[in-house]
Amino acid sequence: MNYTKPKFKEKYGNYINGEFIDPIGGQYFENTSPTNNQLIAKYPRSQKEDVENAVDAANAAKEAWGNTSAAHRSSILQKIADVIQDNLDEFAAIDTYDNGKAIRETVNADIPLAVDHFRYFASVIRAEEGSATELNENTLSLIIKEPLGVVAQIIPWNFPMLMLAWKVAPALASGNCVVLKPAEQTPSSATFLMEKIGHLLPPGVLNVIHGFGPEAGKPLASSSKVNKVAFTGETTTGQMIMQYASKNLNPVTMELGGKSPNIFFNSVMDQDDEFLDKCIEGAVLFAFNQGEVCTCPSRLLVQEDIYDKFMDRVVKRTKAIIQGDPFDPNTQIGAQASNDQYEKILSYMNIGKDEGAKVLCGGEAFKASGEYADGFYIQPTILEGHNKMRVFQEEIFGPVLAVCKFKDEAEAIEIANDTLYGLGAGVWTRDAHQLYQIPRAIKAGRVWVNCYHDYPAHAPFGGYKKSGFGRENHLMMLNHYRQTKNMLISYDRNKLGFF
Amino acid sequence: MVYTRVDITKRAEKLLQDLKAKHGKVIFHQSGGCCDGSSPMLLPEEDFYLDESDILMGEIGGVKFYMNEAQFDYWKHTHLTVDVTQGRGSSFSLEIPEGYRFLIKSRLLTKEEELYFNE
Repeated sequence: MNYTKPKFKEKYGNYINGEFIDPIGGQYFENTSPTNNQLIAKYPRSQKEDVENAVDAANAAKEAWGNTSAAHRSSILQKIADVIQDNLDEFAAIDTYDNGKAIRETVNADIPLAVDHFRYFASVIRAEEGSATELNENTLSLIIKEPLGVVAQIIPWNFPMLMLAWKVAPALASGNCVVLKPAEQTPSSATFLMEKIGHLLPPGVLNVIHGFGPEAGKPLASSSKVNKVAFTGETTTGQMIMQYASKNLNPVTMELGGKSPNIFFNSVMDQDDEFLDKCIEGAVLFAFNQGEVCTCPSRLLVQEDIYDKFMDRVVKRTKAIIQGDPFDPNTQIGAQASNDQYEKILSYMNIGKDEGAKVLCGGEAFKASGEYADGFYIQPTILEGHNKMRVFQEEIFGPVLAVCKFKDEAEAIEIANDTLYGLGAGVWTRDAHQLYQIPRAIKAGRVWVNCYHDYPAHAPFGGYKKSGFGRENHLMMLNHYRQTKNMLISYDRNKLGFF
Repeated sequence: MVYTRVDITKRAEKLLQDLKAKHGKVIFHQSGGCCDGSSPMLLPEEDFYLDESDILMGEIGGVKFYMNEAQFDYWKHTHLTVDVTQGRGSSFSLEIPEGYRFLIKSRLLTKEEELYFNE
C-alpha cells in the first residue's frame, strides 16, 4: 500500500447544528503540516459568538437525543465505526499529515483503536442496567442513569482521531450532546469525520468548533450552558478550566500528562530469549509517536547489576530506528507536531546536558531530506543522569529518554514515585512476586506489567497526583457523563404519623 | 550585585508589550504536564487564581512570573529566559492567536546565583 498526502479544500467551516458554517467574524487561521511546514488548509478562528451558537445548538438537541433508546444510539455509534473503518486509510493519511506521526502508527494504531472505541461504547450500553433494590418491605429504590445534557470537550493534538473517539464515543453513548474543540494544530480529521458522519446524527448532537484557546476554548470551558467540561492538556490550563467550572458548579475530568517510569528488574536478563527482546522493545517505546504521548515511558529505571548490558542493547535498538518520510510505511518515527514543540525539546536537551546528563545517543535535531527538509524532526535521544534532574522531572513530550540505575526494589519504588505526576508506569520482571507487589506500590493510574503502550477500550485509563482525575475508556466512563437519578418509591398505604 | 531568576529576550519582550497593550494586566504562569506543558502561559491577571502555593520568580517587562511551588522545587537551580518562537500552542496563553509561542530557555544557576538564591 502506498500512502500519499491527502487532498484538502482551501478552507473549512465549523460544524454546528448539522451543517458546516463560516465563522461569524469571517476570520480563519492557517493550519500547516509539521512534516514539511506547508499549508494544509484554513480553519475557522472562532470567537465567543460561534461557540455560543454551537452550545445553543447542543442545548436545543439534548432533550430529544437524551431520550433516545440505548439501542438507537448504539446503532448510530456502530455506523460511525463502520464509516471510520471504511475510510481508514484516508483518516490515517490525514492524521499523519496534520500531526507528523508515521503512517504505520495511524494505520495500525490510531484509527483502528478509534473504530474499536465507538464499537465498544455501542456495545456496553446494550448490556448494562440500572438497579432496583427493596430497601424494606414497602420501599423500592430505583437507580436510573440520565445524561448530563451538553458536554464541552477540549482535546489534544497528539492522537487527533483517537482522542476524539475517547471523548466523543462515551459522551454520545450515554445520551449527551457534544461541543468538541479539536486542537488548533490538528483540526483536519475531526472535520473530515463530520463530512462523513454528520448525516448519521440529528442536528446539534455533535458540534465541532475550531479556533484558539483564549478565543474559543475559554468561552467554551466557561459557558454556563454546558454541564461538564472534559480536558486533556497541561496543568495551568487545567487549573483555569477548573476555575471556570467552579463558577458553574460543573463537573470536570482532567488528563494532564505524566513523567512515567519504566522499570526493568534484573531477572529480565536471566535468559536471552524472546521475552528479553520484548523488554528491549519496551524500553525503546519512549520513541513511540515521537514521544508525544501523555504516558510516554520517559524515565527508564534499570537495576544496576544488568545496567551496562541492558543499556547496550537499548541504545543499539534506538540507533536502529528509521526516521524521516512519515508516509513511508517503513518509517518508525516522524515529525514533532509543531515548531514550538521542536524548539522546546531541543531546549530540554540543552538543559539536560547542562545539568550533567550524558548523551548515550541522539541529542540533536534530525535533518530530513527532500520535500521534508523543512519539517520538525528530532533524533531519538537517551540521556543518562539522576532523578533530580529537570529532564527526569518534566514532561518533554518528545523522543527523549532519561535513564538511571536503581539498587533494589525499595529504591526502584522510591525513584518511580518521586515525581509530581502519576499517569502511567511500566514494570518488567520474571519474578512473580514483583509482578504484583511493585505495581501496587507505584502511585499511578495505569501500570503496564511486562508490556507498555497498550490502550484497549476495555481498560480504564487516568491519573493520580498532578496527572489529573477521572478516567477514560472502559464502561465506567459512562458514569463520568451521567447523572444518577434515584427514585425512592413507597408502597406503604399508611402515613408516617408525624403530622 | 542583583541577580534574577527569570529574564526575557528582546523579541519576546516586544511581543509581551504588544500583548499588554491589547489585554491589560497579565501574568506569566509556568505550566507542567502534557502536550503544551513545560511552557510559560501568559494569562489575564484577573483570570488565574494565585495563592501562596505559587512562587513569584521575578518580574520581566513589568509582568510577574509565577510557578507552582511543587514544580519550583525541581526548577530552583535553574535560570530561565522567556523567549518566543513562531508556532501554535494549544492552550489558553494569550500570544497563541498571534501565531507565536513563548518558550523557556534554561541554564543552571551560577555559583554566585546559587549562593544568592538558595543558600
